[in-house]
Amino acid sequence: MERMTLEVRHLFVRFRTEKGVITPVNDVSLQVPEGSIVGIVGESACGKSMTARAVMGLVRAPGEVTGGEIILCGRDIASLPEKARRQLRGSEISMIFQEPMTSLNPVMKVGKQVAEAVLLHSRCTWREARERTLAAFRDVEIPEPEARFDCYPHQLSGGLRQRVMIAMATVCKPRLLIADEPTTALDVTVEAQILKLLEKLRDASTSVLLISHNLGVIARVCDRVYVMYAGQIVEQAETEVLFKRPLHPYTQGLFWSVSSLREGCETLKTIPGVVPNLRHLPEGCSFSLRCDRCVAACEKEAPGLVEIEPGHAVRCLLATR
Amino acid sequence: MPWNRRKRIERASDLRLESQIGEEERFGDLMRRMARENRTAMASFVIIVLMALAAILAPLLTPYAETDMDLLNRLAPPSAAHLLGTDEGGRDVLTRLLFGARVSLLIGVVPALLSLILGALMGVIAGYRGGMADAIIMRVADITLAFPSMLLAMVIMYSLGGGIVNVFLTLTLVNWANVARVVRSETLRIRSGAFVEAARVIGVSRDRIMRRHILPNCLPTLLVLFTLNIPTSILTESSLSFLGLGIQPPNASWGLMINTGRQYLYNAPWLCFAPGAAIMLIVLAFNFLGNGLLDVLDPRQKKQ
Repeated sequence: MERMTLEVRHLFVRFRTEKGVITPVNDVSLQVPEGSIVGIVGESACGKSMTARAVMGLVRAPGEVTGGEIILCGRDIASLPEKARRQLRGSEISMIFQEPMTSLNPVMKVGKQVAEAVLLHSRCTWREARERTLAAFRDVEIPEPEARFDCYPHQLSGGLRQRVMIAMATVCKPRLLIADEPTTALDVTVEAQILKLLEKLRDASTSVLLISHNLGVIARVCDRVYVMYAGQIVEQAETEVLFKRPLHPYTQGLFWSVSSLREGCETLKTIPGVVPNLRHLPEGCSFSLRCDRCVAACEKEAPGLVEIEPGHAVRCLLATR
Repeated sequence: MPWNRRKRIERASDLRLESQIGEEERFGDLMRRMARENRTAMASFVIIVLMALAAILAPLLTPYAETDMDLLNRLAPPSAAHLLGTDEGGRDVLTRLLFGARVSLLIGVVPALLSLILGALMGVIAGYRGGMADAIIMRVADITLAFPSMLLAMVIMYSLGGGIVNVFLTLTLVNWANVARVVRSETLRIRSGAFVEAARVIGVSRDRIMRRHILPNCLPTLLVLFTLNIPTSILTESSLSFLGLGIQPPNASWGLMINTGRQYLYNAPWLCFAPGAAIMLIVLAFNFLGNGLLDVLDPRQKKQ
């Protein structure tokens, strides 16, 4: 059996607000095997980022993780106290964000920010921290690392800043890196370079959980994909299987909404409507309102996640019939 | 309080550090830009520096001592020997003015600094921790602000007694709340920034985030608040001393000099005039400097 870097079981995140309780992460289970890149894909506001934050232990009030296990390398970290969680962050599990422009402190030299991560998690001198930072800069292919060390963030380009972010997140060689839309704000050539870096990380024994709404990105680097909708996983499969034979109407809709240059494509097909307000989810299947194949049963009964073939599960009544 | 103080505090809270760092401006560049764009502010800065020098070099600039009495020469009008005349004890007014500048400047700077430190700490804690800490700190601040500041200062001074240390304490207690409120709103803005999140992701502790990531980003705001707090402190101290609650004679302070000179307003007007003009000059200078810094640091005001 494969060893898992991360295993999330039945994770719930709830927000108690004045207008009622919403559940942006609703019974999510996922696995990231060692040495792999696993993708989570879905529209905006479907719970991808919230899942990531819950794994990091960074859900802010009024939200809270109300149930589930988060198992990192065989250890349940969901129940650990805040201080222990904090020590894991950066050393065992780390994260990079979408906005490389604002993810670095504007008044701190970038080298210092990366070295801060080293100093936090290992007993070493400033000199050693600097050496390790420069090594990390070299790993993420930052040209002239010594010169960049003393730069302020505004002196670097977006691509370089994202590299610095990755260096900061991986300088302590974490077991798992969560990449939350790491390439959304970058242009395609830089995107390709960043994706290469993620693959390099995977080969250096850091597993990656890649969150994206870009199917092209997912297809290129992921070994396995989870499709999320309205806080739930609606389909999961190996990347190849999912791209060949998507079963959930939502997944199919996502594929249709991608324009392809090769096929002489006609009108771009889109999924009607938007992700429903989590406060007013439909009674049956949460996708029923936007699904063009919705039948009467869909509006009554919420489907469960059913395994159709080994490793390929889907949350849809039609697919399981 | 002078003019549109509240409005300026609001503007100060909008400052972004990128406005200076973003263009790689060091302090020297900043001053140079201010000299170019805002002459009033630069002139004010020069006046402040000259006054500070005069205060520091006071014993070298005058042949008289602060408390030297010359009873044969009481209430003498300005002359070559006494450029600004003498007071009711025959003491040289210019000398007392110079020594008084020490007190007034000290009282401008020290409590402004203390209230800045206290207010910044409280504001950051309230803004970043939230919850109970926020509620308690901000309610205390609200209570402080609910009293007219002069009244509050008088009550505290009255119960503590005169003396310069007590004046420091009083002015700090009166002024910290304003700073705390501004810094709290700054903190709320900064803490939602991605870089604070990024710092949390690599396991930086709460205290360290406040110290290393949030406070340095509040600096331009704090700088402006500092220059705006100084004149307030000077004015409050002058009023307190005028009422006999601040600095005690025979030491000189400008407020105190006006108080004693008041009795001789008709036969020796220079006793009130000289310290009054000095107070006005320094307060205006600090206000103009604060406004100038505000303009230079505010990206929306920037030309080109």
